[in-house]
Amino acid sequence: MRSPVDLWVYLSTSPLIWLTLTLCTWIAASALSVRLKRHPLVNPVLTSIVVLSVLMTVFDIPYEKFFAGAQFVHFLLGPATVAIAVPLYRQWDEVKTVLAPIGVALLAGSLVAVASVMILGWLVGLPREMLISFLPKSATAGVAMAISSSLGGNPSLTAVLVILTGITGALIVTPMMNRMGIRDYAARGFAAGLTSHGIGTARAYEVDATAGLFAGIAMALNAIATSIIVPLVARLLLGA
Amino acid sequence: MLRGIAALLFFQLIGESLVFLTKLPVPGPVVALVLLFCALQLGRSMGRGPFPRIEGVAEALLANLGLLFVPAGVGIVSLWGVMRSEAGPIALVLVASAIITLAATVWTFIAARRYFDRKG
Repeated sequence: MRSPVDLWVYLSTSPLIWLTLTLCTWIAASALSVRLKRHPLVNPVLTSIVVLSVLMTVFDIPYEKFFAGAQFVHFLLGPATVAIAVPLYRQWDEVKTVLAPIGVALLAGSLVAVASVMILGWLVGLPREMLISFLPKSATAGVAMAISSSLGGNPSLTAVLVILTGITGALIVTPMMNRMGIRDYAARGFAAGLTSHGIGTARAYEVDATAGLFAGIAMALNAIATSIIVPLVARLLLGA
Repeated sequence: MLRGIAALLFFQLIGESLVFLTKLPVPGPVVALVLLFCALQLGRSMGRGPFPRIEGVAEALLANLGLLFVPAGVGIVSLWGVMRSEAGPIALVLVASAIITLAATVWTFIAARRYFDRKG
């Protein structure tokens, strides 16, 4: 009979345990979020990342080992970006009627998302590589990482900044819009999706169906806009 | 379901290949998104839609979009060493930029909608 320690040594080298753990943590975090009536502070992405990070730190598991299992989930970011074509196609008739406001808000929002990082980052003196990694933070993770690595940034750092931006936006969007007295749920959703990509879109769907729809559209369009704007800005201002 | 997955991967493959060949500054999956959107529209205009297989898979993926961010998010543990020295400035830029972007986008959307409604 082998000992539990042997079992641990055996399991911890295979991707199976980390993939299973990731999925189970996500399912539990989603259930918790539903139970607490979708309160912004129990955002399932945030809860999952905190729980898994604490486990990795406590049991001293190197990230590479964890990622060997979790990479199968991570890989789906690419196909999920492609999949955004489907809601865009389905809701095209509704989108078509507000195409002009969408175009204007996309241009303004996307420029502000990049410019605000550029200006604030320069003011607080962030190092150049970090600034480049920071610029695409409002685009969805797969796209932002690709932009960052093509400009000489650190794609892993970009991924973390993208996710932190997503969580930040998802946490503040509802109280902020309520305080601003904005009841146009198409506009609220569009802002959430543009600023906080998939995490903002998931949040928008929790609040209102129209908000979710426009958040999804904003996420899709901002993935495209960011991938055009960031390389231009980075080459022009940072010589990337 | 399998056909839907294959279709998404196929479009991504085409997108990545196009970007590699043409050195477009846009990521492969984004090109694939545009191509798939055009293909779906073209299919509908030829009376071929809807496309339940690809739509089903896309919906399932997007319904659990948050999960896909978790593996990279846990990377904060290994990047903490890089980020710790700049944690304050990073947090400041992160939060301020999110607030500014949310406000700018929502105001522009509402103002543009009013402007075009009045005009049209």
